Parts: sequence; structure tokens; C-alpha cells
Amino acid sequence: MSTSFVLNGAATTLDADPAMPLLWAIREVAGLPGTKFGCGMALCGACTVHLEGAPVRSCVTPLATVAGKRVTTIEGLESKPAKAVQAAWIQLQVPQCGYCQSGQIMSATALLEKNPAPTDADIDGAMSGNICRCATYTRIRAAIHVAAESIKA
Amino acid sequence: MTRSSNAARASRRNFLKAAGSVTTVALTIGFEWLGPSRRAAALVAGPAVFAPNAFLRIGTDGTVTVIAKHVEMGQGAYTGIATVLADELDADWAAVRVESAPADARLYANLVFGTLQGTGGSSAMANSWVQLREAGAKGRAMLLTAASNAWKVPVTELTTDKGVVYHAASRREASYASLVTRAATLPVPDQVTLKDPKDFKLIGHRPPRVDVAPKVNGSAQFTLDVAMPGMLVALLKRPPLFGATVKSFDPSAASVVPGVVKVVQVPRGVAVIARSFWAAKQGRDALIVEWDESNAEKRSSADLMDEYRRLAEQPAASARKVGDAASAIQGASQTVAASVEFPYLAHAPMEPLDAVVKLTATSCEIWAGDQFQTLDQANAAKTAGLNPQQVSIHTLYAGGSFGRRANVWSDYIVEAVSIAKAHGADGTPIKLQWTREDDIHGGMYRPMYFHKLEAGLNAKQELVGWRHVIVGQSIMAGGPFAVTIKDGVDPTSVEGAATIAYDIPNIDVSLATTQTGVPVLWWRVVGSSHTTFAVETFVDEVAHAAGKDPFEFRRDLLQHEPRMKAVLELAAEKAGWAGGALPKGRGRGIAVAEAFKTYVAQVAEVSVDDAGRVTVNRVVCAVDCGMPINPDVIAAQMEGGIGFGLGAAMYGAITLKNGRVEQGNFNDYRVLRINEMPRVEVHIVPSSVPPTGVGEPGVAPIGPAVANAIFAATGKRVRTLPFPKSAQS
Repeated sequence: MSTSFVLNGAATTLDADPAMPLLWAIREVAGLPGTKFGCGMALCGACTVHLEGAPVRSCVTPLATVAGKRVTTIEGLESKPAKAVQAAWIQLQVPQCGYCQSGQIMSATALLEKNPAPTDADIDGAMSGNICRCATYTRIRAAIHVAAESIKA
Repeated sequence: MTRSSNAARASRRNFLKAAGSVTTVALTIGFEWLGPSRRAAALVAGPAVFAPNAFLRIGTDGTVTVIAKHVEMGQGAYTGIATVLADELDADWAAVRVESAPADARLYANLVFGTLQGTGGSSAMANSWVQLREAGAKGRAMLLTAASNAWKVPVTELTTDKGVVYHAASRREASYASLVTRAATLPVPDQVTLKDPKDFKLIGHRPPRVDVAPKVNGSAQFTLDVAMPGMLVALLKRPPLFGATVKSFDPSAASVVPGVVKVVQVPRGVAVIARSFWAAKQGRDALIVEWDESNAEKRSSADLMDEYRRLAEQPAASARKVGDAASAIQGASQTVAASVEFPYLAHAPMEPLDAVVKLTATSCEIWAGDQFQTLDQANAAKTAGLNPQQVSIHTLYAGGSFGRRANVWSDYIVEAVSIAKAHGADGTPIKLQWTREDDIHGGMYRPMYFHKLEAGLNAKQELVGWRHVIVGQSIMAGGPFAVTIKDGVDPTSVEGAATIAYDIPNIDVSLATTQTGVPVLWWRVVGSSHTTFAVETFVDEVAHAAGKDPFEFRRDLLQHEPRMKAVLELAAEKAGWAGGALPKGRGRGIAVAEAFKTYVAQVAEVSVDDAGRVTVNRVVCAVDCGMPINPDVIAAQMEGGIGFGLGAAMYGAITLKNGRVEQGNFNDYRVLRINEMPRVEVHIVPSSVPPTGVGEPGVAPIGPAVANAIFAATGKRVRTLPFPKSAQS
């Protein structure tokens, strides 16, 4: 069975079990490995992608539910907030092991696309679903503020 | 200063020295050179490339490739390694790339470990420091000679900067790229002069990490991301109890799942091999296995702790003895006693364990975030029935480890090889993927421990006696490192406790080693993950009993430990310790530790609300890790260590109920999240002594610093880890 949707701006049809989580469909079928597997239960955020611009946990999103919709992964980030987030991540040297960072960046980008000037509480609200075992949290917080400033400028 | 305290210090130094040399000897004996893997030859291939030693290659395009013998698992090893070599080479940082070394202990042994190639004990920079400086300096010397020969000018008239050789008098310059072909024909010098530290251009500065760019655009390659034509994915169904084995299994329901290729029994369980993760997962969910639990561990955590408490009252193996602590405490004018209980802890790296194996009758190729390359090579060879030389390892970025990927049994590597073997060793690449539940249930935990402490104060409120009994499993027992256990004492069970730095005239530290069916392993900062909590909360308690300020009490007992005292004072000063008490409901706590020869002190500020919920607002950290190689990486490791240790102190616990692990994922094995992360300030002590590690030591003081702050805010001591549920938000 196949599912058609828009993946990183391109019309895409994947021939896979419609119950397969989107995570594995984009990784193993579409061949985009930037989105990571961390828990399989929407507990850690490593698999975060954008569905119609909103952050979702792809590990619990069945492929069938994205039919006809727009999905963006770390490989397809293009918006001004996204570029600002990635630049801030480099400026502040956020990643350590780096494994969770695709998900962190997807969540941070979704936050800034909706709220260009988030407070610390806004950041907590948007980012507390993304675990980083290296605990790069102080830099994630600072980098989101830097990215917000750079968008404003 | 008393005679006995001099003896105490000598004893501490001897202990440290003995522990280190014993480890080296053991590893030297344990692991002979296993020969180069096939990939080693490829590394130096290419005629137009300059490869003066095993750590450096410069291409005709000017790319400087540094070969890293250590895995990059977040700790910044690749950046540190490249910084040290590139500084002596005078390379252009923008031209530097890092590549992982193949498994080859002859070239790439960890010099702290002896002849084992691997990463651990916060040793990457300490053991690479001189080796990589020499590697870079020799490369530079040869490039200088090449320019000298070309221009017919003395080497002494040449200078280098950012990958270019200059001759000022004739205003000539040549890039390293233009010199490598000539340099490659020259002999490698035996001796080379290293830079004066004042001339360092990268060391002590903040060159950006080499791995950040690929880690912000999704292109960094982890084992999870390995994809090859025809590759299959395997999930392994493991026993529900530690020590249970497969009695029988029924593959029929698993086999009919679309995409499932094969169901095979291996020593560790039953594997479902499929064309995709999802198929393998569904197949494993459907698989029926009957287990033989007759020899399995069936006790609960509560049973084990009851036994540990009883053992703490019985004679134990002596780990450190100075003077007569029992008499000193008996004769003291005031005594203090406490016990502390620690749970099992899982490492839970973000990337669940995984390995890709391509096995044939004559070769075994492994891709993994490999942390113990030559041990994994040997264990893989044994499992496959090959020689170690037939096993090659591609070390990829590891999505965290915290000790988990370094284990002497090579558990996940051996599983992957055994599955590839059961599949037929036909060259099909097979990726073994653990799920989060596999990880949380998988054992190799930081052991449970029970600590019992007693202290005596004399009439002048001086600490005159210290007794410390530790009860728990040995990490080293049962493996090749068991030879480090002397007279019943595993040094990793007592480090930080037997090595207590405080100037106390009578010290007695002992260890009762327990046995359970639960596999245990080092966990970030190893023994100090529990001993520092016990020592630093108890010394705090003794300070209060003595009516003294806990910072000043510690400082007075550290007059003979200048580096430890200096970090303590720096943390206190930057935290405004002298500023007096915080408002009601808030508290400040301090703790200090030495781990892997790095000194760290932390001051935590907490708020405790009326319901008892704890918020850690701010942590001030001072660290002395010798000469700072990259202050930004050091700060990052302290920040991360604080978050990692704080999460464990507040929430971390693996518990057993009738042998079954009660946790399974991040919902019940809770870890720190961004909303719980305090503000962190890191202050680095300037130093010119050789560098020591930063990956682990920052973890040690945070738990006790916060527990002491909770006491300051509430008057209540934390005696059981993790903190009580009432403290959680």
C-alpha cells in the first residue's frame, strides 16, 4: 500500500505499511536519516518533524495519517527561523553527542515560527518534550534567544 | 599538622598510584596486540598524501586529517584531539578534519589503559596530550624541512602559521598543500621540540567543535543511520529476568509478519531479522518465547537493600585505614552517623545501542559508536570464530554513552555478530537495533549501594575519626579487569571514599562486595557517582554538628590539598557564599570532588516550596583540569555533567520487583528536562600542569551540592537516592 504526501516540499509516494510510524517511513523508505529514534513513545522528541508546520513526534504518527499533508524534516528546513536556529546552534556550540539535536532544532524552529520572541517559560513549554541526555539545555535556551534576536534584526 | 595526617596523605597517594599502576599492568597483560585491521592499510594509501605518523595525513588539497583513536560520544574528544595536534602543526583550523582510527592497539592504544584501544575514565586528552603534540610537531618539522630544501635556506629562518610556511627575508611563502609531496619523501624525525605554551594558538582558545556543523543539519552519521544495499534489521527478544535462558520458542506468528526474513536463536535470546525496523519490531512483538527462569535473579530491590544493610554491620574488606577510627569515634565528645542508599541507574544514552555487522566466513566488518575497539574486536572474533585481524571496526559518532558502550563483554557487539552468524554469515549487512525498553531493561547498570558513615568530633569540634562502610556489587568482578581487585577491594567501588581528601587523623573505609544476578557497569564518573554523594553530604552534616560553616569546615580540612581547596574557594567566591543566608524556602549547598585527577567544586542554590518541591535555580561550578585545552568544551562538559547528575539525583532509579525491572522508558525512568535545568556558571582555574579529563568529573558534586542546599533550605537531609517523590515537580 502506498501513501502520498509532500515531504520537504516534494510530492512523495511511499510504498509501505500505512501503520508504519512516519519516523521509520522517512528514515528507511524515503532515506532521510536526520530524524532520530529515541523512545518510540513520544517521550523524548528525538523524532520531531513538522506536520503542516506544527511539531509532531513521528515515532507515534502512522504513515497513513500524513496522506495529502506537508511533512518537513531536518533535511528540509528552509524558513528564516530555521536558518536562524541552526546558525545560533553553531554560534553557541550547542551539540555534544548531537543525536537529539535534529529534534531539538525542529521543536525550536516550530516555536519561533509561531512565537518570534519567546520567554523562558515559552521555551520550557515548547522544548520540555525534547530530552537531551548530554543536558545541553542551557545552551539550547540561550541559542533560541539568540535566534529570536537575529530574526528580529 | 599531625603525624597521622601525614600518613593519611601518603596512604592516599599510594592508593591512587597503586590503583593506576595495577590497572595498567592488568591491561598490558590482558590484551596483547591483535594486529591491524584491513582498514589500517587504506588509511595511509595514496602517493600524494603526507602521512608522517598514524595520527596525521595532509592531502595535496591542504586538508589536514587527524586520526582520532577515541570515540566522539559528545565529550568533545574529536575537537580536543584535533586541537592539540593542529596547534603543534600550526595548521589552519578551517582545514582540519577528524577521522576515526581503525581497531589497532599497536598504533592507537589508550596509554592510560596500557595496550587496550578504548575510551573511558575521562582519559582521552590526558593520554593523548604528549603523543599528539609530538605527532603534530613532527609533521610541522618535516614541512619546514621540505621548504628549507626547496628554497635552500636554513630551517631556522622559517616560520609557520595557519598551514603556511614563511621565509620573511625572501618574502617567500608556501602552503602545506604545496609541500606535502616533498615532505612525504623525508625521514620522520626522532626528536622534536614542542611549543612553548605561550605560543599556543589553538590550545587554551576556543576553536569551534569539528562536529557541530553536521550535528545541526542532520548529516552526522550515527550507527542508526548506516544503510547499505540489502541490509536487514534485527531486534532481539531477551529474557525478562537476568539469568533466564530460552527454553523454547515458537517463531510462527513472527515469521508471517510481512518483511520478517528469519527468526533465529542466539545465546542472548531469539532474534527477529527483517527488511525494516518496523517489520522486525512487529515480528518480535508477535514472537512467543518460553523462558527457563530457574537460575534467574528473582529478588526485589528492597530484598537486596535489606541484605546490604545487614552486611554493613559485619566486618568488611579494608579499603583504607589510617590510625584507629573506631577508638577515635568511641572517645569523641560528639558523634554523627548516617546512611545513604543508592539505586541501580541506567545510562540511557539518546541513541539506543546499535551495531551493524557484515559477516562472512573470513571477515567481520562492524560499524558502531564503538568505545572499546580492540576488546570489541577480540570478542567479535571469538563469537564469529575468526582471528581478531579478520575483524575491522568503523567507529561512528556515538549518540551518547556515559559508559554504556564500553563494556568488557562487548554485549551489543557480540549480540550483533551472533545474529549475523545465525543468519548464515553470508555477507548480508545486519543492523541490530535496541529499543528504549531494551536499553532500560538491559542491565549493565550503575550498581545499587548502601553506605554507612560515622564520625567523631573532639571537644574543640575537630573531626578526629571517620568510618565509612560501602556495600554493593563490584563493577570489575568477572571480567578481565578483575585483576585490579586486591584483598577484596574493587578500587572503583571505593574511589572518592577511600581516597577522601580531608585531613582526618583516623580513617577507616571498608567494602562489602555483594553478588546479584544483575549485570553492572561503570556509569559516568564511576565510583564517585555514589561515593561523592555519601562523603560530601556527610561532611556537611559533620560541619553542622560542629557548628561550623560547611564551606569553611571543608576548606580548613583541605590545607594540604591546594588544587581541591582552590576550586572550593573559587566556587564559593563566585557563588557569593560569604553573602550570608538566603531567604526562607531557599538554600545554598556546596560540594567538592576529585575524579580522574580533575578537581570540581559546585555551589547549588535551590528553592523548596511549601509542598516540598525542589527547584534548582543556579549552579556555580569551578574546575581545575590542568591546562585547559578548550575552555568552551570544558564549560559544556561541566554544564552537561551537572544536568546529567542532577537528573539522576532527582529521579534516577532502576528498581527490581521479583527480579523484573519496573521501568521501561522515559516515562518511568525519568531524566532531566529543559524546564528543570538550572542556570550554570563555569569558572576554570588557570593551570600549566598537563591536562586531565572533563567528561565525567562535573557529574560528581552536583547531587550532594543540591542535597546540602535542600538541607540548608529545609533542615532535612536526603538519605535515599533519588530524592523523594515529594521533591519532584
